[in-house]
Amino acid sequence: MTARIGVVTFPGSLDDGDAQRAIRIAGAEPVALWHGSHDLEGVDALVLPGGFSYGDYLRAGAIAALAPIMSEVTDAAGRGMPVLGICNGFQMLVEAHLLPGGLIRNAHQQFIRRDQRLRVESTSTAWTGDFEPGQEIVVPLKNADGGYVASEAELDRLEGEGRVAFRYVGVNPNGSLRDIAGIANERGNVVGLMPHPEHATEPGFGPDTAAAMRSGVDGLPFFTSAIAAVVAAAA
Amino acid sequence: MPTIVVDVMPKAELLDPQGKAVAGAFARLGVDEFAGVRIGKRFELAVDGDVTDEMLATAKRVAGDILSNSVIEDVVSIEVVE
Repeated sequence: MTARIGVVTFPGSLDDGDAQRAIRIAGAEPVALWHGSHDLEGVDALVLPGGFSYGDYLRAGAIAALAPIMSEVTDAAGRGMPVLGICNGFQMLVEAHLLPGGLIRNAHQQFIRRDQRLRVESTSTAWTGDFEPGQEIVVPLKNADGGYVASEAELDRLEGEGRVAFRYVGVNPNGSLRDIAGIANERGNVVGLMPHPEHATEPGFGPDTAAAMRSGVDGLPFFTSAIAAVVAAAA
Repeated sequence: MPTIVVDVMPKAELLDPQGKAVAGAFARLGVDEFAGVRIGKRFELAVDGDVTDEMLATAKRVAGDILSNSVIEDVVSIEVVE
């Protein structure tokens, strides 16, 4: 089967096109979905892309979390469908209470854009199965509201349950507590992270590596992992 | 026309980078009387006619559900201003 992975476009989404392209490169069929619809068009997995939905008015991702399609996204997440929230998508997932915690303004108050090193802390999620435990990857990071916060009790629970999926390595770019870059829900089907794996999936357009300029494709396993999870679930 | 005013502040234990930036500007102005600055949000809910108990209950609900995120913010007051 060819997995069909939906990408929801909101007013102010920026990275929906790149997310669709990453899905295509990984070997699945991207399906463009619209925030104002209630139809997931039968997709097998979902990506909530980066950007500044609704101008990030109120709080980043807060208005988007109330968009019509989010009720279907919440239902699908509850049924176990793989859902990945990237950057603004991660902010939507916490505002929709599909993931715990919150994201606040970067500690240094500045928008940041850099190629960021991450450590994969969990390979038991729907989006990380194709990584090695502890593997270090480099993908672009670009945000203003990327500081991950949660109560001490919540942070302890996330760590104890192995739900910290990604941690910043070398530099903590935004003041995130315990260097957390991404987390998963209890079931592992819903994952959110601030960095952008969809921008590191095609040679020539990714971060620089020791081998060659812009040759980094460390984001590709996110999408191949989800495809594998979808195919395994259908078998 | 009465207005229901909802005030939301970042949680006291969390870093407030915006408040910190303003505190830095105070220092550059030579203002040193204040121990710190925190920045919050004020929402004004306009009401046609009188404010009813139901309206206040609804204001309280949206203050908790939408206007604030309890992970990072607290609703510090909800009051009626005539």
